[in-house]
Amino acid sequence: MMDAPDRPSPGSVPAEGSLLAKPVDRRRALTVLAGAAVAGVQALSACRPASAVTDEEREVKLLAWREYIKGNYRYMTEAERAETIARLERQAMLQRGSAVTIQSTGAQPGVVFGYAFNISKCKGFRSCVEACINENNLDRNADTQYIRIFEIEDGVVDLDHADASFQHEVPAEGHFYLGTQCFQCADPPCVKVCPVGATWQEPDGITVIDYDWCIGCRYCMAACPYWARRFNWSAPEVPVPELNTNQHYLGNRARKTGVVEKCTFCIHRTRQGRLPACAEACPTGARVFGNLLDPDSEIRWVLEHKRVFRLKEDLKTEPRFWYFSD
Amino acid sequence: MHLKPFLTSALRSATSGGARYHVWMGLLTLVMLAGAWAYSIQLRFGLGVTGLSDHVSWGLYISNFTFLVGLAAAAMMLVLPAYVFDDVDFGRAVLIAEGVAVAALVMCLLFVIVDIGNPLAAWHLTPGIGYLNWPRSLLAWDVLVLNGYLALNLAIPFYILYSHYRGARPERKKYLPWMYIAVMWAVSIHLVTAFLLAGLPARPYWNTALLGPRFLASAFTAGPAFVIVLLWVIRRETRFPVAEGAIRKLAVITTVAAQINLVMLLSELFYKFYSPTHHGINARYLFFGLEGHHALVPWIWTAIALNVVATAGLMIHPLRRNIRWLIPACVVLFVSIWIEKGIGLVIPGFVPSPLGEIVEYVPTLVELGVTAGVWATGLFVLTALVKVAIPIELGEVRSPLAQEPQPARVIRPRAARPRYDDDRPVRIR
Repeated sequence: MMDAPDRPSPGSVPAEGSLLAKPVDRRRALTVLAGAAVAGVQALSACRPASAVTDEEREVKLLAWREYIKGNYRYMTEAERAETIARLERQAMLQRGSAVTIQSTGAQPGVVFGYAFNISKCKGFRSCVEACINENNLDRNADTQYIRIFEIEDGVVDLDHADASFQHEVPAEGHFYLGTQCFQCADPPCVKVCPVGATWQEPDGITVIDYDWCIGCRYCMAACPYWARRFNWSAPEVPVPELNTNQHYLGNRARKTGVVEKCTFCIHRTRQGRLPACAEACPTGARVFGNLLDPDSEIRWVLEHKRVFRLKEDLKTEPRFWYFSD
Repeated sequence: MHLKPFLTSALRSATSGGARYHVWMGLLTLVMLAGAWAYSIQLRFGLGVTGLSDHVSWGLYISNFTFLVGLAAAAMMLVLPAYVFDDVDFGRAVLIAEGVAVAALVMCLLFVIVDIGNPLAAWHLTPGIGYLNWPRSLLAWDVLVLNGYLALNLAIPFYILYSHYRGARPERKKYLPWMYIAVMWAVSIHLVTAFLLAGLPARPYWNTALLGPRFLASAFTAGPAFVIVLLWVIRRETRFPVAEGAIRKLAVITTVAAQINLVMLLSELFYKFYSPTHHGINARYLFFGLEGHHALVPWIWTAIALNVVATAGLMIHPLRRNIRWLIPACVVLFVSIWIEKGIGLVIPGFVPSPLGEIVEYVPTLVELGVTAGVWATGLFVLTALVKVAIPIELGEVRSPLAQEPQPARVIRPRAARPRYDDDRPVRIR
């Protein structure tokens, strides 16, 4: 409802074409219209004379209403998941004119993801940060970033004296670099505190958020010891040409104002056997990603052959993100 | 049925009054409207119009929330002596205290609503149609205990007032068990709110066993202090008889709680500063500033100074017994605890961040407007509730269907019973 455009967006021309091309969608949607939905739609359209309401506007409002009354993704049936994804893809088309594909790919059996970060290789280029922003459709307006690269003086591992906002030529003499993001803890404190169960850990170890179920209380942000969660303080903006249309319901799909989001190890890529964007973009090879349950994986090799450590191990959250050096 | 005339006469009581009453309610309405306008801006553009950020993700709203949960809980400190120990002096003030609890809870719930980013999705909290993550999430606990406490504090006074309105005596066996539950429930709402913060190892500033007891001590300081001022206003503005003993005993409760609160504050400061571990870094930011950031330093020292001065003043018997000293001392104490427990407790938990970054927080005008609007709503509700309760308690308003009108009392004061000063030994019957 809040997303309903007041004026035609640049995308409305192709959208109207596709609306005519696919009348079945709308008819099917109208047939499942519940009594409450009718009332809701009428209430929503009451602010304008009936003649001014076009079919497209009506569809936008109907979609918004159906999205509003849907349940928590975690407890949806496969059919319900398919329906909401169809609605969300249609919404993206109607509102922004972008043809996005939203996956609902589940966790693959025998897979638990893990990450290792080589602090001797990272040079602070922040290519990973850049890749993450583009891959995950992060809000360009607020400059949201999931990854932080800390510049730390040699000889200490103390984030209190680290600098994450360095703006100079890297690598700086006498410093090393340490990246943080969501560590996908095995015992995540953020999941425990959510009052509505809008965030949970998937069987492959990724902690995800249903953006449409989140109420925006931000308790999870207070609970995270690694400052891994981000909030949409205002309407997130991603220019249409820069939009990554390969999306996942639990990952990089469009977020809305007032909900929390976080790194999902690029769930839309990794569940299809690809590397996360940060690992792929790293020019120094500091990032190692893989399946912890696969004895032949590179991550297992690192864990078995290197001295590894994790941040704040005393909190017993069991992060699946290790640091090591050569 | 008496219900319809009851509601009609309640509405009439709440909407009629002298010029001062109308000016007061009019002013509150103006502030409420301004707050609603500020909130409409926040609804349209998101919480980005506040001073909050990913680093400091809770601010003024949650600070006021934690403080007001304490106020709601502390109102029960009047109920306890009146009903459990059958103290006569408190008898008449009990309904007033329950009004304070209701108003404080209304403010609590409003502060939570204005703080959440997606308020339209709040129905997700409803068990059954939504999903309430209980018992794992302390916020789910808080939702339950706050709403339960609100229901108790609406139902009990309603039963008593409605009985009096019908000209009947409320039956003790019908409301007393609920009263006992409400007293225990009061402690639980504040402990749950403290646990909500204390249960986060990510935030060492809150992650201390003393937080719950400290919350109770500060609540039982600020709460009775507020009620003293309120009773004083009621005594000046209405014909409602407020026993001198009630105010005196409340002043003693406030003084004792204020001393306990200061002792706990001292232990907390010792723990955080004597051995400067990582646990103390947020306290260092609060009290002394960190790397050139010291937005909260003047606030906390003001709060400590006010608190110590007011507590010391209350500890001097002649000053505490003099209403001209007592009222300002209570106001000062209330303000100092609002600072210490509100902004001095919630905001430093976020500075520096768990990764050591320092980003400060300053509320915006929109945020201040919404906050003022919520406070005005609370005071409006409180005034209206008191305005409705008083004529019924005075026997001025009765149901036209009432059988035999009789002057009703919450607890019938035994006129012959001697009053005693707080420093004299209590006579045992």
